[in-house]
Amino acid sequence: MRAAIVTFPGSNCDYDCYKAVTDVLGARAAFVWHRERALGDVDLVILPGGFSYGDYLRAGAIARFSPIMDAVLEFAAGGGLVLGVCNGFQVLCEAGLLPGALVRNRSLKFRGVPVTVRVENDRTRFTSRYRRGQVLRLPIAHGQGNYVADDATLERLERERRVVFRYVNPAGDATDEANPNGSMNSIAGLINADGNVLGLMPHPERAVEAVLGSTDGLGLFESIADGVEAVQTETI
Amino acid sequence: MNRYTIEVRITPRQGLLDPEGQAVLGALRSLEFEEVGEVRVGRLIRLALEARSAEEARERADAMCRRLLANPVTEDYRIDIESVS
Repeated sequence: MRAAIVTFPGSNCDYDCYKAVTDVLGARAAFVWHRERALGDVDLVILPGGFSYGDYLRAGAIARFSPIMDAVLEFAAGGGLVLGVCNGFQVLCEAGLLPGALVRNRSLKFRGVPVTVRVENDRTRFTSRYRRGQVLRLPIAHGQGNYVADDATLERLERERRVVFRYVNPAGDATDEANPNGSMNSIAGLINADGNVLGLMPHPERAVEAVLGSTDGLGLFESIADGVEAVQTETI
Repeated sequence: MNRYTIEVRITPRQGLLDPEGQAVLGALRSLEFEEVGEVRVGRLIRLALEARSAEEARERADAMCRRLLANPVTEDYRIDIESVS
Protein backbone atom coordinates (compact mmCIF):
# COMPACT_ATOMS: atom_id res chain seq x y z
CA MET A 1 0.00 0.00 0.00
CA ARG A 2 1.16 3.52 -0.75
CA ALA A 3 -0.09 6.55 1.14
CA ALA A 4 0.30 10.24 0.36
CA ILE A 5 0.38 12.44 3.45
CA VAL A 6 -0.49 16.03 2.63
CA THR A 7 1.49 18.60 4.58
CA PHE A 8 -0.05 22.05 4.96
CA PRO A 9 1.73 24.94 6.64
CA GLY A 10 0.85 24.25 10.27
CA SER A 11 0.31 20.50 9.95
CA ASN A 12 1.92 18.82 12.96
CA CYS A 13 0.75 15.21 12.86
CA ASP A 14 2.16 14.44 9.42
CA TYR A 15 5.18 12.62 10.87
CA ASP A 16 2.98 10.65 13.27
CA CYS A 17 0.97 9.44 10.27
CA TYR A 18 4.15 8.68 8.34
CA LYS A 19 5.53 6.59 11.22
CA ALA A 20 2.24 4.74 11.66
CA VAL A 21 2.03 3.83 7.96
CA THR A 22 5.71 3.00 7.41
CA ASP A 23 7.34 1.77 10.63
CA VAL A 24 4.31 0.20 12.27
CA LEU A 25 2.16 -0.94 9.35
CA GLY A 26 5.13 -1.66 7.06
CA ALA A 27 3.57 0.12 4.08
CA ARG A 28 4.92 2.99 1.99
CA ALA A 29 4.20 6.67 2.47
CA ALA A 30 5.36 9.97 1.01
CA PHE A 31 4.79 13.55 2.07
CA VAL A 32 3.10 15.80 -0.45
CA TRP A 33 3.52 19.54 0.10
CA HIS A 34 0.27 21.51 -0.19
CA ARG A 35 1.62 23.50 -3.14
CA GLU A 36 2.01 20.37 -5.26
CA ARG A 37 -0.69 19.61 -7.79
CA ALA A 38 -0.32 15.83 -8.10
CA LEU A 39 -0.56 13.07 -5.50
CA GLY A 40 1.39 10.44 -7.41
CA ASP A 41 0.35 6.82 -7.71
CA VAL A 42 -1.17 6.16 -4.28
CA ASP A 43 -3.90 4.06 -2.68
CA LEU A 44 -4.61 6.37 0.25
CA VAL A 45 -4.46 10.09 0.96
CA ILE A 46 -4.12 11.23 4.55
CA LEU A 47 -4.94 14.79 5.59
CA PRO A 48 -3.17 14.96 8.95
CA GLY A 49 -3.87 16.88 12.12
CA GLY A 50 -2.43 20.23 13.03
CA PHE A 51 -3.33 23.85 12.63
CA SER A 52 -3.21 24.51 8.91
CA TYR A 53 -2.89 28.24 8.24
CA GLY A 54 -3.09 28.83 11.97
CA ASP A 55 -6.78 27.90 11.96
CA TYR A 56 -7.35 31.44 10.61
CA LEU A 57 -10.91 32.24 9.55
CA ARG A 58 -12.15 28.74 10.45
CA ALA A 59 -10.20 25.54 11.01
CA GLY A 60 -9.49 24.04 7.58
CA ALA A 61 -11.12 26.89 5.64
CA ILE A 62 -7.97 28.12 3.93
CA ALA A 63 -6.22 24.74 3.57
CA ARG A 64 -9.28 23.61 1.64
CA PHE A 65 -8.18 25.90 -1.22
CA SER A 66 -4.54 24.76 -1.28
CA PRO A 67 -3.35 23.78 -4.78
CA ILE A 68 -3.14 20.06 -3.85
CA MET A 69 -6.80 19.97 -2.88
CA ASP A 70 -7.97 19.82 -6.50
CA ALA A 71 -6.04 16.54 -6.82
CA VAL A 72 -7.51 15.30 -3.52
CA LEU A 73 -11.05 16.10 -4.69
CA GLU A 74 -10.41 14.33 -7.98
CA PHE A 75 -8.87 11.34 -6.19
CA ALA A 76 -11.90 11.09 -3.89
CA ALA A 77 -14.34 11.48 -6.81
CA GLY A 78 -12.60 8.54 -8.49
CA GLY A 79 -13.20 6.36 -5.43
CA GLY A 80 -9.75 6.78 -3.85
CA LEU A 81 -9.47 6.37 -0.08
CA VAL A 82 -9.12 9.60 1.87
CA LEU A 83 -8.57 9.75 5.62
CA GLY A 84 -8.82 13.05 7.48
CA VAL A 85 -7.69 13.15 11.08
CA CYS A 86 -8.51 16.09 13.36
CA ASN A 87 -7.58 19.14 11.27
CA GLY A 88 -7.82 16.82 8.27
CA PHE A 89 -11.45 16.11 9.23
CA GLN A 90 -12.07 19.86 9.43
CA VAL A 91 -10.56 20.30 5.95
CA LEU A 92 -12.78 17.51 4.56
CA CYS A 93 -15.89 19.24 5.93
CA GLU A 94 -14.81 22.62 4.59
CA ALA A 95 -14.10 21.02 1.21
CA GLY A 96 -17.59 19.53 1.12
CA LEU A 97 -16.29 15.94 1.00
CA LEU A 98 -18.08 15.35 4.29
CA PRO A 99 -21.25 17.08 5.48
CA GLY A 100 -21.52 19.38 8.49
CA ALA A 101 -18.87 21.43 10.26
CA LEU A 102 -16.64 21.38 13.31
CA VAL A 103 -16.94 24.36 15.62
CA ARG A 104 -15.45 25.48 18.93
CA ASN A 105 -15.63 22.92 21.73
CA ARG A 106 -18.61 23.43 24.01
CA SER A 107 -16.19 23.95 26.92
CA LEU A 108 -14.20 26.55 24.91
CA LYS A 109 -11.16 24.58 26.06
CA PHE A 110 -8.57 22.81 23.98
CA ARG A 111 -8.89 19.17 25.00
CA GLY A 112 -5.83 16.94 24.83
CA VAL A 113 -6.90 13.73 26.54
CA PRO A 114 -7.43 10.05 25.84
CA VAL A 115 -11.09 9.31 25.09
CA THR A 116 -13.10 6.21 24.39
CA VAL A 117 -15.06 5.84 21.16
CA ARG A 118 -17.38 3.09 19.99
CA VAL A 119 -17.12 1.55 16.53
CA GLU A 120 -20.59 2.05 15.06
CA ASN A 121 -19.97 0.52 11.67
CA ASP A 122 -17.44 -2.23 11.00
CA ARG A 123 -18.45 -2.66 7.37
CA THR A 124 -16.35 0.17 5.99
CA ARG A 125 -13.00 0.05 4.25
CA PHE A 126 -11.53 1.80 7.30
CA THR A 127 -12.96 -0.36 10.08
CA SER A 128 -13.11 -3.98 8.87
CA ARG A 129 -10.58 -5.05 11.51
CA TYR A 130 -12.86 -3.84 14.30
CA ARG A 131 -16.18 -5.23 15.35
CA ARG A 132 -19.32 -3.18 15.78
CA GLY A 133 -19.74 -2.03 19.38
CA GLN A 134 -16.02 -2.32 20.12
CA VAL A 135 -14.75 0.46 22.37
CA LEU A 136 -11.42 1.99 21.39
CA ARG A 137 -9.13 4.17 23.44
CA LEU A 138 -7.76 6.98 21.28
CA PRO A 139 -6.30 10.40 22.07
CA ILE A 140 -7.96 13.65 21.07
CA ALA A 141 -6.20 17.01 20.83
CA HIS A 142 -8.41 19.79 19.53
CA GLY A 143 -10.18 23.05 20.31
CA GLN A 144 -12.70 22.84 17.48
CA GLY A 145 -14.09 19.33 17.34
CA ASN A 146 -17.72 20.05 18.10
CA TYR A 147 -19.57 18.45 15.19
CA VAL A 148 -22.68 20.25 13.96
CA ALA A 149 -25.04 19.55 11.09
CA ASP A 150 -28.68 20.29 10.35
CA ASP A 151 -31.36 17.83 11.46
CA ALA A 152 -31.88 16.35 8.01
CA THR A 153 -28.16 15.65 7.63
CA LEU A 154 -27.94 14.05 11.08
CA GLU A 155 -30.94 11.90 10.37
CA ARG A 156 -29.46 10.77 7.08
CA LEU A 157 -26.03 10.05 8.61
CA GLU A 158 -27.62 7.85 11.28
CA ARG A 159 -29.99 6.09 8.90
CA GLU A 160 -27.19 5.27 6.47
CA ARG A 161 -24.88 4.14 9.30
CA ARG A 162 -22.36 6.75 8.32
CA VAL A 163 -21.51 7.69 11.88
CA VAL A 164 -18.50 5.41 12.20
CA PHE A 165 -17.18 6.44 15.63
CA ARG A 166 -19.10 7.85 18.59
CA TYR A 167 -17.78 9.20 21.88
CA VAL A 168 -18.77 6.87 24.72
CA ASN A 169 -17.73 6.19 28.30
CA PRO A 170 -15.47 3.18 28.95
CA ALA A 171 -18.59 1.03 29.42
CA GLY A 172 -19.64 1.90 25.87
CA ASP A 173 -22.49 4.31 26.57
CA ALA A 174 -22.80 7.60 24.68
CA THR A 175 -23.41 9.82 27.70
CA ASP A 176 -23.18 13.59 27.76
CA GLU A 177 -20.21 13.41 30.17
CA ALA A 178 -18.35 11.18 27.72
CA ASN A 179 -18.78 13.75 24.94
CA PRO A 180 -15.56 15.79 25.11
CA ASN A 181 -16.57 18.67 22.82
CA GLY A 182 -20.35 18.85 22.54
CA SER A 183 -20.63 17.09 19.18
CA MET A 184 -24.18 16.44 18.02
CA ASN A 185 -25.13 12.79 18.53
CA SER A 186 -21.66 12.36 20.13
CA ILE A 187 -20.22 12.04 16.62
CA ALA A 188 -16.45 11.45 16.62
CA GLY A 189 -16.06 10.27 13.03
CA LEU A 190 -18.12 9.82 9.89
CA ILE A 191 -17.87 8.54 6.35
CA ASN A 192 -19.19 9.82 3.02
CA ALA A 193 -22.02 8.15 1.12
CA ASP A 194 -19.64 6.31 -1.21
CA GLY A 195 -17.67 4.92 1.74
CA ASN A 196 -14.24 6.12 0.60
CA VAL A 197 -13.77 9.31 2.64
CA LEU A 198 -13.51 9.10 6.43
CA GLY A 199 -12.97 11.94 8.87
CA LEU A 200 -12.50 11.66 12.61
CA MET A 201 -11.36 13.94 15.42
CA PRO A 202 -9.48 11.33 17.52
CA HIS A 203 -5.94 10.42 16.43
CA PRO A 204 -5.61 6.74 15.45
CA GLU A 205 -2.02 7.39 14.33
CA ARG A 206 -1.10 8.27 17.91
CA ALA A 207 -2.40 4.93 19.18
CA VAL A 208 -0.46 2.36 17.18
CA GLU A 209 2.21 1.16 19.62
CA ALA A 210 2.08 0.09 23.27
CA VAL A 211 4.62 2.78 24.14
CA LEU A 212 2.05 5.40 23.06
CA GLY A 213 -0.46 4.12 25.61
CA SER A 214 -2.82 2.37 23.19
CA THR A 215 -2.67 0.26 20.06
CA ASP A 216 -6.36 0.64 19.29
CA GLY A 217 -5.75 2.92 16.30
CA LEU A 218 -3.71 0.36 14.40
CA GLY A 219 -6.80 -1.54 13.28
CA LEU A 220 -7.87 1.43 11.18
CA PHE A 221 -4.64 1.41 9.18
CA GLU A 222 -4.69 -2.40 8.95
CA SER A 223 -8.28 -2.29 7.66
CA ILE A 224 -7.24 0.12 4.89
CA ALA A 225 -4.22 -2.05 3.98
CA ASP A 226 -6.37 -5.22 3.90
CA GLY A 227 -8.71 -3.61 1.39
CA VAL A 228 -5.93 -2.29 -0.81
CA GLU A 229 -4.15 -5.67 -0.86
CA ALA A 230 -7.39 -7.49 -1.68
CA VAL A 231 -7.90 -5.23 -4.70
CA GLN A 232 -4.30 -5.77 -5.81
CA THR A 233 -4.67 -9.55 -5.52
CA GLU A 234 -7.80 -9.43 -7.69
CA THR A 235 -5.95 -7.40 -10.30
CA ILE A 236 -3.14 -9.98 -10.45
CA MET B 1 -13.98 51.83 -11.37
CA ASN B 2 -15.12 52.99 -7.96
CA ARG B 3 -13.58 52.12 -4.66
CA TYR B 4 -15.62 50.59 -1.88
CA THR B 5 -15.10 49.52 1.67
CA ILE B 6 -17.02 46.41 2.54
CA GLU B 7 -17.70 45.10 5.99
CA VAL B 8 -18.79 41.52 6.39
CA ARG B 9 -20.29 40.63 9.77
CA ILE B 10 -20.24 36.92 10.44
CA THR B 11 -22.19 35.49 13.35
CA PRO B 12 -22.99 31.98 14.55
CA ARG B 13 -26.20 30.80 12.94
CA GLN B 14 -29.36 31.59 14.85
CA GLY B 15 -30.42 28.57 16.84
CA LEU B 16 -26.89 27.19 16.97
CA LEU B 17 -25.20 27.06 20.35
CA ASP B 18 -22.52 29.75 20.62
CA PRO B 19 -20.22 28.68 23.46
CA GLU B 20 -18.10 31.84 23.14
CA GLY B 21 -21.19 34.04 23.43
CA GLN B 22 -22.36 31.97 26.41
CA ALA B 23 -19.02 32.46 28.15
CA VAL B 24 -19.11 36.23 27.56
CA LEU B 25 -22.70 36.33 28.81
CA GLY B 26 -21.65 34.50 31.98
CA ALA B 27 -18.79 36.95 32.53
CA LEU B 28 -21.05 39.97 32.00
CA ARG B 29 -23.59 38.56 34.47
CA SER B 30 -20.85 37.97 37.02
CA LEU B 31 -19.92 41.66 36.59
CA GLU B 32 -23.53 42.43 37.46
CA PHE B 33 -24.60 43.49 33.96
CA GLU B 34 -27.71 41.50 34.62
CA GLU B 35 -29.78 43.24 31.97
CA VAL B 36 -27.94 41.37 29.22
CA GLY B 37 -30.18 38.66 27.78
CA GLU B 38 -28.13 37.23 24.96
CA VAL B 39 -24.59 37.51 23.61
CA ARG B 40 -23.39 36.21 20.27
CA VAL B 41 -19.75 36.55 19.30
CA GLY B 42 -18.87 36.83 15.63
CA ARG B 43 -16.22 38.19 13.34
CA LEU B 44 -15.84 41.38 11.33
CA ILE B 45 -13.98 41.32 8.02
CA ARG B 46 -13.23 44.63 6.31
CA LEU B 47 -12.34 44.58 2.62
CA ALA B 48 -11.25 47.31 0.26
CA LEU B 49 -12.14 46.66 -3.36
CA GLU B 50 -12.86 48.20 -6.72
CA ALA B 51 -16.05 47.65 -8.66
CA ARG B 52 -18.14 49.36 -11.30
CA SER B 53 -21.06 49.84 -8.93
CA ALA B 54 -22.22 49.18 -5.39
CA GLU B 55 -24.38 46.35 -6.73
CA GLU B 56 -21.38 44.70 -8.33
CA ALA B 57 -19.33 45.19 -5.14
CA ARG B 58 -22.11 43.51 -3.15
CA GLU B 59 -22.33 40.61 -5.59
CA ARG B 60 -18.61 40.04 -5.39
CA ALA B 61 -18.63 40.22 -1.59
CA ASP B 62 -21.54 37.80 -1.47
CA ALA B 63 -19.62 35.37 -3.68
CA MET B 64 -16.61 35.68 -1.35
CA CYS B 65 -18.82 34.88 1.64
CA ARG B 66 -20.33 31.85 -0.01
CA ARG B 67 -16.99 30.56 -1.23
CA LEU B 68 -14.69 31.26 1.71
CA LEU B 69 -15.52 33.88 4.31
CA ALA B 70 -18.54 32.21 5.94
CA ASN B 71 -19.52 28.59 6.46
CA PRO B 72 -23.20 28.23 5.53
CA VAL B 73 -23.58 25.27 7.91
CA THR B 74 -22.71 27.25 11.00
CA GLU B 75 -22.66 30.95 10.19
CA ASP B 76 -24.86 33.81 8.99
CA TYR B 77 -23.39 36.90 7.37
CA ARG B 78 -24.34 40.46 6.59
CA ILE B 79 -22.66 42.73 4.05
CA ASP B 80 -22.38 46.50 4.47
CA ILE B 81 -20.96 48.66 1.69
CA GLU B 82 -19.51 52.12 1.86
CA SER B 83 -18.32 54.09 -1.12
CA VAL B 84 -14.83 55.62 -0.81
CA SER B 85 -14.54 59.02 -2.42
